[in-house]
Amino acid sequence: MAYSPHTEADHRRMLDAVGVASIEDLFADIPPQVRAARFDLPAPLTEQEVRAELTRLAGRNRIPRVSFLGAGAYRHLVPSVVMEVIGRSEFATSYTPYQPEVSQGTLQSIYEFQSLICELTAMEVASASHYDGATATAEAALMACRLTRRDRIAISTAVAPQVRAVLATYCSGPGIEIVEVPADLAEGGSGLTSVEAAARVLDEGVACLVAQQPNFFGGLEPMRELADAAHAAGAQLVAMVEPTSLAVLAAPGDYGADLVTAEGQPLGIPLSYGGPYVGLMAARMASVRQMPGRLVGATRDAQGRKGYVLTLQAREQHIRREKAASNICTNQALCALAATAYLSAVGPEGLREVAELSAARTRQVAAAIEEAGLGERRFSAPYFAEVAISIPDAERRHAALAGEGIVAGYPLGRDYPELAGTLLLAATELTTDDDVAALVAGLEATR
Amino acid sequence: MSVAERPAETDASGRGAAFASPHGGEQLQIVQPLIFDASAAGRRGVRFPAPSEAAIAAAGRQPEIPDRQRRAAAPHLPEVSELDLLRHFNRLSHLNHAIDLGFYPLGSCTMKYNPKVNEWAARLPGLADSHPLDPDPLAQGSLELEWLLAELLREISGLAAVSLQPAAGAQGELTGMLMARAYHRSRGEGEQRTKVLVPDSAHGTNPATASMVGYQTVTIRSNERGGIDLDELRGHLGADSAALMITNPSTLGIFEDQIDQVVAAVREAGAIAYMDGANLNAILGRFRPGDAGFDVMHFNLHKTFSTPHGGGGPGAGPVGVSERLAPFLPGPMPLLVEGDAAEVLRNARAGRSTPGARFELEPDGERPQSIGRVRSFTGNFGMFVRAYTYIRSNGDAGLRAVSEDAVLAANYLRVRLADAYDLPYDRICKHEVVFSGRRQKRESGVTTLDIAKAILDHRIHPPTIYFPLIVEEALMIEPTETESIETLDRFSEVMLQIAEAARDDPDSLKRAPVTTPVGRLDEATAARRPDLRHAFGGGQPAVPGGEPAVPVGAG
Amino acid sequence: MFPDDLRYSREHEWVRVDGDQATIGITSFAANELGDIVFIETPEAGATLSQFASFGVVESVKAVSDLYAPISGEVTEVNQALRDQPELLNTAPFEDGWIARVRLSDPTELDALLDAGAYAELTGG
Repeated sequence: MAYSPHTEADHRRMLDAVGVASIEDLFADIPPQVRAARFDLPAPLTEQEVRAELTRLAGRNRIPRVSFLGAGAYRHLVPSVVMEVIGRSEFATSYTPYQPEVSQGTLQSIYEFQSLICELTAMEVASASHYDGATATAEAALMACRLTRRDRIAISTAVAPQVRAVLATYCSGPGIEIVEVPADLAEGGSGLTSVEAAARVLDEGVACLVAQQPNFFGGLEPMRELADAAHAAGAQLVAMVEPTSLAVLAAPGDYGADLVTAEGQPLGIPLSYGGPYVGLMAARMASVRQMPGRLVGATRDAQGRKGYVLTLQAREQHIRREKAASNICTNQALCALAATAYLSAVGPEGLREVAELSAARTRQVAAAIEEAGLGERRFSAPYFAEVAISIPDAERRHAALAGEGIVAGYPLGRDYPELAGTLLLAATELTTDDDVAALVAGLEATR
Repeated sequence: MSVAERPAETDASGRGAAFASPHGGEQLQIVQPLIFDASAAGRRGVRFPAPSEAAIAAAGRQPEIPDRQRRAAAPHLPEVSELDLLRHFNRLSHLNHAIDLGFYPLGSCTMKYNPKVNEWAARLPGLADSHPLDPDPLAQGSLELEWLLAELLREISGLAAVSLQPAAGAQGELTGMLMARAYHRSRGEGEQRTKVLVPDSAHGTNPATASMVGYQTVTIRSNERGGIDLDELRGHLGADSAALMITNPSTLGIFEDQIDQVVAAVREAGAIAYMDGANLNAILGRFRPGDAGFDVMHFNLHKTFSTPHGGGGPGAGPVGVSERLAPFLPGPMPLLVEGDAAEVLRNARAGRSTPGARFELEPDGERPQSIGRVRSFTGNFGMFVRAYTYIRSNGDAGLRAVSEDAVLAANYLRVRLADAYDLPYDRICKHEVVFSGRRQKRESGVTTLDIAKAILDHRIHPPTIYFPLIVEEALMIEPTETESIETLDRFSEVMLQIAEAARDDPDSLKRAPVTTPVGRLDEATAARRPDLRHAFGGGQPAVPGGEPAVPVGAG
Repeated sequence: MFPDDLRYSREHEWVRVDGDQATIGITSFAANELGDIVFIETPEAGATLSQFASFGVVESVKAVSDLYAPISGEVTEVNQALRDQPELLNTAPFEDGWIARVRLSDPTELDALLDAGAYAELTGG
């Protein structure tokens, strides 16, 4: 009703053309015994009324004035130009590029996205994107099972708990077994995945080892050694990475990762209470036919003009049906476009600055807490831009600070009972000296 | 098809590329170079502040990133000015067809108008800046919005409970099948129930989803009226049946008029009745799967509830379930932990908050029978904001009218085109109508692909083609409720003109499109010699592109 | 229309017998139905085929199809040219587009196959 273009006369003309007396006649095929019993929805709202309602709900949220929360989603600058690009309705109101002749904008932007992800990860092929980092990782682990024809997956306990939970759900489908590789979480431990423990778990039945770099605690994993341990058993290394870190940290392709995944949210995508985000996936060219999801390739038309198409589609559900690599249908094209625009806007130097600033600000907050005697780093290993800090009575103080509009990171005890009393703190380029001071003052005040 | 010599392209900067429209052939230059071609070392877009002195000083007192963990060479990201960046993407956008540019009757995709107030709402800082792990007391607005949307979807579907978490329709299907299996296992029938029944008209995602859960797909033939063949269905239903996945209205645009018997037979066999909600746009306020006895349905918020398709995503695929499947829903769910649900709903109707009402995100492990998480956090929240805005804008009367107008428009096109194209199932349709181009193919060798390509030259997006699979040379048209009668008439005239051309001048259709930025592209070469990324100069991994294909996939 | 010296399966594969060796491939009818073939996945030399069982996959731009062995036996050679030029399956399905050579394990299996005339009838002339 709100967006109907039809006048009374239009309705009449269409009904006459169809040869029915009323719209009711068009629904006569719904058997009376199954017609809707009720439809008790609110009355229609005008634009000003609906704006008031959404303003009310937005106002019920309290966006923290200071936040050190990360744990899988990060507060970075979303450049205005990125929002402008993804707001273009020629991108936003198009669909999957089934007709390439009128979809070159979307297709070329995905080709650029794939190229950028290959560059960032030093891998040979990247998919057109997945729902989020967790599902991309689960799909990559299942892909490793197809590639190796093995049916067990090893995963480090230092991989984000939500990612492990999604992997468990995806594996429950085909009945793939998951083996955990313990990270060293003991007091004074490294907080890293144990290479020895990984080697013990990896045998001829394990398809892949899934590890995260930096890991859930921000720690820098020995990825090369983990890759070697996986390869020694004929297994693959699935490396889940944080995309901005790749401006500074070794590229997965250079330490022997076979499959690379990431949550792409830090690349210009608003936090938006958890989505939509974008999952990245990259692999070696030799594995491409087992890769799930859309792929765009370059080709030419009959006149020799360069153009882009969805390609290698025989992998996909609409052709292969029950034999498809995955049921995934779409990609997250608009979020992938945001990532493409973001990486182009910041460039190699800007991305390095984001990574270096995030790392420096994280060190600043860790140093400030430690030097004020408020807490201590829980783990000994070097970290990137997130750090686990043990603070006495952490959960109570976390809740108290939230009441002041300060989010003191993520309480790790929720997912790791042995890490009760430990907060996971993230900083980014948006963190200021004042933010650090406010957190320290808040912790002092709740001592 | 062989690839011609490389043609001259625009200059590498991109500044020579003229504006082009996806249908505008009059421009001379319609190739937009890659963003990488506009790059020059040292050029900058966005800048960041220098670290503060305090940050620099503190960094020295904490562990450094070890050298062996550092990257050797910077990635080749583009180095462009903000203006050149914007022009690049704006020019690319001109190469797209989009709802906001013209008619988009892509069957099964519900390419309706995406209201702009939805976009306004999704960008409200109070919502867009909300962190998914913000403590619940700071996220009451996000939680209330999710809770309200789930309540509205419950009412729309007649189902007992809704989880918003699935990221897309296909993930909603996966969620549904995992719940079906968990349900059977909880009754000790997990081992025996191994088969999922799927009609031959189904979307490819249905059998692909069944496989992901380890189920075997059994295809059920459609009858001559385009409905499910009840006898065949009953013949396949048994103690080994896990579920029936059915799209209603079907992909033929036909309402299953024996749906009550279908659901009864499925339930009697102890199986789960799954409704693919892809076509919900046809039946709002008329048919609720919950009332009819369905156990589970996924909603495509990007279809029925007008969230933008975004060139292929993001979507959102919430699932609704019956009472018996509710314990298995994925978590976490938004919960109203203090306050009266009816009062909160009443107040929200009036645009008021409810004093004392408190929402919480369900703690992990709260429901031991849950299938777990299907993605991170609570789902594609930005899509929930848009869908909620849309449902509230339309309200009860508006949503009913949405389906009425969508069905009327499809039937209008059905009668207008019935003489020119074959109609394999000639009966009242719902929101879409499926024609066959078999007459054109037989009489003049013009295929449905040729017809689709010819439509492109009229600045209209073609219908879905070659789907459903059971219709030869299928043309699946979904006009949606937001297109005016003038647009529908113009489309009809284009289709009639093309049918005429198929008789009189078939070669003209074989050459189409001629006014788009590129003509028909060589998909065979694209797949035989995949070129899936830009090859940067110097030290990049070799990627096949114009070279013989690397042997792939045999291991 | 179909070469007289070959035997054909109902799944659209052909066999050319030479002593205890056989060459197998897909028919021109199958290639036309699939359209532009872009990829073929076959077993390596040394693999064992059994008659009418799936032994590989062929992909075209818009379709994918299983390959069914027309006869049983051990694969002695695989046509490597198809890896770089899968289009040979379209352009020369009975010659350069052969798929594999096989050492026959049971020549009597050939009796279950069709001759050119019967296959032509099966495919509608």
